[in-house]
Formats: sequence, structure tokens, C-alpha cells
Amino acid sequence: MSQSASQDNSAVGSVGVVESRRMRLYDADDPLRLDSGATLAPVDVEYETYGRLDAEAGNAVLICHALSGDAHAAGLHAAGDEKPGWWDTLIGPGKGFDTERYFVICANVLGGCKGTTGPQSVNPATGKPYGLDFPVVTIHDMVTVQKRLIDRLGVRRLLTVCGGSMGGMQALEWSVSYPEAVRSAIPVASTYRTSPQSIALNEVGRQAILRDPNFRRGQYYDGAAPNAGLSLARMIGHITYLSDQSMHEKFGRDLRHRKAYGYDFEPEFAVQTYLHYHGERFTKRFDANSYLYITKAMDYFDLSQGYPSLRKSLARAAGCKFLFVSFSSDWLFPSYQTREAANALRNSGIDVTFVELQSDYGHDAFLLEVGEMTKIISAFLGYLGGVRP
Amino acid sequence: MSAPVPSVPERDLVRNDYRIILDLVEPGSRVLDLGCGSGHLLALLRDRRKVGGYGLELDEERIVECIERGLSVFHCNIDDGLRDFDNQSFDYVILNQTLPVTHKPELVILEMARVGRRSIVSFANFAHWRVRLGLLLNGRMPVSETIPYQWFETPNIHHLTLTDFDVLCRRNRLGVLDRYYFRHLDRGAVTRRCRWANFRAAYALYLLAPEA
Repeated sequence: MSQSASQDNSAVGSVGVVESRRMRLYDADDPLRLDSGATLAPVDVEYETYGRLDAEAGNAVLICHALSGDAHAAGLHAAGDEKPGWWDTLIGPGKGFDTERYFVICANVLGGCKGTTGPQSVNPATGKPYGLDFPVVTIHDMVTVQKRLIDRLGVRRLLTVCGGSMGGMQALEWSVSYPEAVRSAIPVASTYRTSPQSIALNEVGRQAILRDPNFRRGQYYDGAAPNAGLSLARMIGHITYLSDQSMHEKFGRDLRHRKAYGYDFEPEFAVQTYLHYHGERFTKRFDANSYLYITKAMDYFDLSQGYPSLRKSLARAAGCKFLFVSFSSDWLFPSYQTREAANALRNSGIDVTFVELQSDYGHDAFLLEVGEMTKIISAFLGYLGGVRP
Repeated sequence: MSAPVPSVPERDLVRNDYRIILDLVEPGSRVLDLGCGSGHLLALLRDRRKVGGYGLELDEERIVECIERGLSVFHCNIDDGLRDFDNQSFDYVILNQTLPVTHKPELVILEMARVGRRSIVSFANFAHWRVRLGLLLNGRMPVSETIPYQWFETPNIHHLTLTDFDVLCRRNRLGVLDRYYFRHLDRGAVTRRCRWANFRAAYALYLLAPEA
């Protein structure tokens, strides 16, 4: 593609129809060793790639998904699909992550339910799904698995690793665990450690699942799933992704399906029906056990732990260039948390850029503020991609 | 394949303040530019002086331009921006044509001295004879080459003169290591000696360090 075309907005497009692939990365002879001390085998990873790896394998970008995401970050699985991948607005020809220039990789996280080994996978010891016998995993464990994936794909050093929310935690973890394998990291709407407020919200979501009579200690795969609990967890999650302002704009006090108050407890306000709809829909695409494991991984995430200071911990990332993006109305992972990490890096003499975008969308802004993010990410990658390491 | 890094505009290559700063800053030092705009000065310092630079900027569009140039920039307001910076973590802290915009100029100057070994401050002189004459003859807030705004739309909330700045430095025990004077930003000569400077100099650039 010519330079002018890649700069031209009319060249923006879709990566088209894509397919997920699966790769076995660990087996009984070579199990995955987890932070908890447990081992896990086999481990398969579901992933997608877009664009082409260049001859020097220098244009690879790893995208990390958030709590409920998956490997399907861009394009469509079939021509008639209603919804494209979860970050399709940012990944594609001429987009922020321009697939004409970069080789983009996205993988489902360890513990997930979208093809990568997780609690619904078959436990080789019992021949049944793991359920709660699945070992607790951490963000670091997820990244360990991703590292082996990119090794197998022939990528020694990523141009960047980027993700929003929990994806940003993975991007940060990459920078300190494998600094030699990342030229840059772009954590978006994220944090270097989960705050007590986030842990509290995760806990309520987990309790909703654990207390659902259908949960049955996680061995529900042969019967009814704990959908009431999972949908309640998702409803709580959705509230944390929005903001006071975005709820005013999106719903106001509007009623749905009714012209006047019903004086009962049926969902009638637009915000109620929205939460019910999304809670219900989530149970059709997500596994309750995965929800427990992934939120637990987030709770444990704290890059300062085990180090005398955050700065000492982040100093491990020397040589990596950072771009932090936060959003003004995000109260789940507020800007101040991003700024703390960026300050610690800067005071260690590490190259770091911090941008706080004005947005009313709350935490969801990382999926919605496409225009500003495209500008920032293309500017960052444009310079980085033009300078040889 | 990749987009070219935007170059610094021709007119900025000849700017007097930029030329003085490029001469002053020792190669290889660490520089913090407060209100770095589109990053022209930082890019010049990096490309010509091998300087590791950081910028602080409030405007999103300008931040994107800095990022395009590969510069590291922090999105924040100078007035509360230096709080999280370590003592003496930079060799130079630059405040170029930005002092009158700050809400707490004295605090900013003190913070600069805390964070950097040396401070570089440049500003337009409100006591320049053209400004004085304008006010005297017209009885209106002066609009000139150095102060190109009407009073109701100016971002400058703290106008100052060279003498004012000297007093501020003395009051805060900041030593003036060097002073440069010039008539225009983009052309003309620079001088280090100027009789009646507070009357004749349109701009000044100070190199400061805390008194021992």
C-alpha cells in the first residue's frame, strides 16, 4: 500500500472474514507452571492473526482482551455475521492498528471460555470438565502462555502489546516480565494494581455466581448453568463500565414497554431493561466458572507486590516505550491510577507518554472513543515502526 | 512504508529562543519542557543535541503531534503538573513563552528549581517601550507583536516585566546565570548586554539556578 493510501481515511476497511486457530502450547511432558505452584497440562490457545508478518518479524502487535473478550478482535467469522470482532473499529486496513502494516495477534486468555484452556476444559485426571478443580491463574500466567504463542509464531520481539482494562494489565505485565520481547506497551483504561473498589465489585459478581443454586460447586456442565448468578454479575459489571453522565444520556428516566409507572417490580426504566437484556445475553456466550477465575486473576494483579516500590518493579521495563491512555469519566480504573504508573516509569527515566482523554463514556470509552484513540495509536506506532530497533 | 516523521517547520529553526536554548543545553542532558506544544523544540533538542526530553502539554491535538515525533509527553496542567516529579530529576526545565499563562507563576518557578538543576525561562517584556507607549498614548491594553491578543481573549493572566522577574528570582533565592535579550522571536539579533533592558528588550530569556 502506498503511503498516501495508508494515511487516507477512505482506505479504512475490514480485515474481512477471518478464522480462529488453536495451538497446543503445553502438554503432560512439558506442563505450564503457574504462579500458584500448580502445574497445568495440556494447554491449548485459541488465537487469530490479521495482516502479514514482515521478513524481519518486526511488525508484530499483540492485542490483549478484557474480562469478557476473546481472540476474535477484528473482522467477521462468516460473511453474514451481525457483529465484527470486539476491537474491529481499531484493527483493520487503514485503522489505528493498520493491518496493511502490522501483523496483529489476539489470543483468548488462559482460564477463558473461548477456546483457550479454562475451567470448562476437560480435566485429563477425571475425564470431566475441571470446574473448580481448575487451578487459579494470574495475569502473569496469562502472559506466560502468550509469550510461548508468539515464540511459536516466529516473533522474537513485539512492536507493541496493547489492551484495554484487563488487557492493559497484560500489556504492563509483558513489559516487566519480558522486557526484551516488547519494544513498547500501550495500556488503555487500565491499572498497575486492582483497587479495593474493583476487588469489591468483582467479589459481589462472584458471590452472585457462587450462591446460585445451579452452581453446584462448578460442576454444572451436564445440567442447568448458574445463569441467574452470571447475569447478575454481568449487570453489576455493566454499571461499572458506564458513568453517571453516560447513563443520563443513554437512558435518562425513560420507560420501556410502558407509558406510565406500573407500580410493581417488573423492569420498566430503560436502564433496567438494558441491564436485564445484557445480563441475559451474557449467559449465552460466557461461562460462569471463567468469570470467577478471570476476575480472581484481576484481583491478584499488583505490579508493586514483592518490590520495595512501584518504581523498583517498573524499572524492570527499562528499554520499553510506553503509551498510557486513560479516560476522564472512568471510575473503574480512574486516571489517577494510570498516572501513578506513568509517573513511576518516568521517574525511572523510562520513555512514557500519558494521555487522559475527555470522555463521558466511563470505562467503556476504550471501546467507543475510536477517533481519538486511532489518532494517538497511529501516531505512536507510525514513529516506532519507522525507527529500527 | 511508514509515515515520515513530521519535520520541524522552517520558521522554528530560526527562532531566537530556540537557538539560544539549543546553544545552552549540553548534549546528552535530560530536559523537561513545560507547555511543549507540538514538540518542535524538544524534537530539535533530541535531533541536534542528543537530549532526552519530556514534555508537558494540555492540548490533545498538540500531544498527538508530539507522539508523531516520537516524543514522550505528559498530558497535564503545568500548575499541578510537577508535583509527581522527583527532585533534581532533570538537567534543564524549560518554560518558554508560557509563564504569563500559568495560574501560580511563583510556584511554577520554585517547582522548576526543585525538579531541574537549571531553569530556562523566556517571556515577553510588558515594560518594553512599545508596550508602554501604546498604553500611554492610546489608553488601551497594548496589542503588539509580542502580546498579540486583545485583553478579553488573551490566555495570559500574569503579565510581567524584566524587573518584576528579577525581583521574583531574588525573593526566591534563584541566581541568574545568564540573560539574553531580543527584539523579535523569529528574526533579528540576540544580545547578552543591554542598557535599559527593561525599556528596550521585547523579550528576555533567563538561565537560572538556585543560589548556593
